[in-house]
Amino acid sequence: MKILLVDDEMELVTAMAERLSLRGVDADWAVSGEQAMELVDGCDYDVAVLDVKMPGLSGLDLRRTLSGKCPGMKFIFLSGHGSESDFKAGSAEAECYLIKPVSIEDLLAKIREAVGE
Amino acid sequence: MSFLRRFRPEFWDANPEAGPNKSLFNYRRTWRKTVMLLAVVALVPLLVMTFIDYNVTRTSLKSENELRLARVTSNTRRAVTYFLDERKNALEFIARHETLASMSSPARLAELLRGLQSSFGGFVDLGLINSGGRQVAYVGPYELLGRDYSDQEWYLRTLNKGAYISDVYRGFREVPHLIVAVKCPPTRSGECYVLRATLSTAQFNAILADIDLEGSGDVFIINKDGVLQTPSRWHGQVLVPLHLPIPDYSDKTSVYYAADADGREILAGYAYITDTPYILMVVKISSEIMQPWYSIRMELFWMLAVSIAVILLVIVGVATRMVSKIFIADHNRAKTLHHMEHTNRMASIGRLAAGVAHEINNPLAIINEKAGLIRDMFTYMNKYQADDRLMGNIDSIIQSVQRCGTITKRLLSFARHIDVSIDRIAFKDLVGEVLGFLKKEAEFRSIEIIKDIPDDLPDFESDRGKLQQIFLNLVNNAFQAMSNGGHLHIMARRAEGDRLEFMVEDDGCGIPESDRKRIFEPFFSTKKSKGGTGLGLSITYGLVQELGGSMTVKSEVGQGAAFTITLPLRQQGNKAESYEDTASGR
Repeated sequence: MKILLVDDEMELVTAMAERLSLRGVDADWAVSGEQAMELVDGCDYDVAVLDVKMPGLSGLDLRRTLSGKCPGMKFIFLSGHGSESDFKAGSAEAECYLIKPVSIEDLLAKIREAVGE
Repeated sequence: MSFLRRFRPEFWDANPEAGPNKSLFNYRRTWRKTVMLLAVVALVPLLVMTFIDYNVTRTSLKSENELRLARVTSNTRRAVTYFLDERKNALEFIARHETLASMSSPARLAELLRGLQSSFGGFVDLGLINSGGRQVAYVGPYELLGRDYSDQEWYLRTLNKGAYISDVYRGFREVPHLIVAVKCPPTRSGECYVLRATLSTAQFNAILADIDLEGSGDVFIINKDGVLQTPSRWHGQVLVPLHLPIPDYSDKTSVYYAADADGREILAGYAYITDTPYILMVVKISSEIMQPWYSIRMELFWMLAVSIAVILLVIVGVATRMVSKIFIADHNRAKTLHHMEHTNRMASIGRLAAGVAHEINNPLAIINEKAGLIRDMFTYMNKYQADDRLMGNIDSIIQSVQRCGTITKRLLSFARHIDVSIDRIAFKDLVGEVLGFLKKEAEFRSIEIIKDIPDDLPDFESDRGKLQQIFLNLVNNAFQAMSNGGHLHIMARRAEGDRLEFMVEDDGCGIPESDRKRIFEPFFSTKKSKGGTGLGLSITYGLVQELGGSMTVKSEVGQGAAFTITLPLRQQGNKAESYEDTASGR
């Protein structure tokens, strides 16, 4: 199982990737939508965990692009804001919508749920 | 005064300048202006109409009186004229058809007198005066034969005018009488004889006495010098001067107003009787003939007074009702405005809270991940795993993050308006569920819970989870406010307009006035030292608003507090998916 983590907070995304790796999940990370696009060239990710609000390409835009490119990819949204519009868009367009801070076990459970394990 | 106070409208004591419910109007001034305006509009036409009616009625009654008096005077004049003309014409007839010789014969003269007395009445004597002024024949009760009248005015006037009717006078006999004299046709030698008769005034008076005058009316005859020729009811006997102004000459019957000797206003009708020195007068006292008018005037006055009283009463009633309505509308407007200000403030606080929560959530997530990573590293690399102090510190960081996360998520839920998920709810069951959580605590603290929920309270549509949270928060709050052995009342009733009203009332410490306005604000807590976050009531408030309800509080320090929630029986709008609140931040 291969995971892509995208968040403009590098500290967050690196730590999260490392923690997932420790739990046996192969996780790559990107700090912007553009960087993420480069990484998914081969469509070898099962799940993408995206921050909703990012400078440049937002999580919602990124999801649309990625799902067009890789139809089998699953998505989980992460947000610190939790506004109603974010929630509605996020819960409609992704498998799951989580509010930061999130426990690694919960995230892992949602990832597994998304890939149907 | 207290009686009047009961009728004093609510707006009377309202101070338009003061308080949060500042009014748009000065109600007392509005009321006064309205009453004044309505009174002027309603009363001025009434008063003008009454005044016009008053004058018209008075004028018409006055002219009716004048006309009636003129008619009576005219009729009486006709009777008097007829009486005198009849007698004068009888004498003229005799003078023309009797010879001087026959008239000079006492026997014939006596026969003529008897004829006149029986046919006309009123004749006392009859005499023939020759051209020298000496009475050459006479029949009657006095010794007047041979009397010389050559220097008497009546004799000279008769010669001059052909006929003459004298004033009433006492004459030689000291008895009031009048003379009617006619000139006989001249003889061949050009001598002019005069036939003269004395008339008793008794019959003359009787004509006037027969006139039927209402009340204290008076009818009499005066001569042109204002001396009474017949007795008057109010002005004295015959030949006494009359104390009324003598009317100016008029050939028609006329009326005039004057004042009598006592100063009373009188209305007098008069007529100059042609070819006589007489003026017929019919006098009535004004106040008497205007009596019907005084009655009408009194009725008019009472009608006006009652009308004014009724109009004023209605005006005051209408104005009070109208201004009261404006007052209530204005009051409601102020209340709504106040409520809107409050709601807006709460909304902006909510937005601020959400912004702050968002900004904090990101660094909080980094702390969470970094601390988690350190913990993972120690755990997975088997380093320091046995160092309880180090692991304890890391756990403490993670727990603190968890606490912060709980607060920020509550803040977000306060600001977020997620649609509700609707169920049919029986309030009694809901209360049972909520109290289930707190049963142990209540038993432990000897808190008595009194439920006053009617059996026929209808089920209602609402979000069960939110409602549970609302009541749990309120009951928790009440528990915190009460000391051991307190009483908690939970009441429910159906309110107006398809709404239900719930009340949670405790007898705890109460909320001071100064705090009452702020208790729904986030982070306002009086229990900070005991770990209160100050979010419970603000979240409850937000939830009640989401369910389309309203929430109020009443409290007195030391007496307890009562929170009242009003919720609609039915929820409007679409049903929504439930919101998945995950993450415990560990």
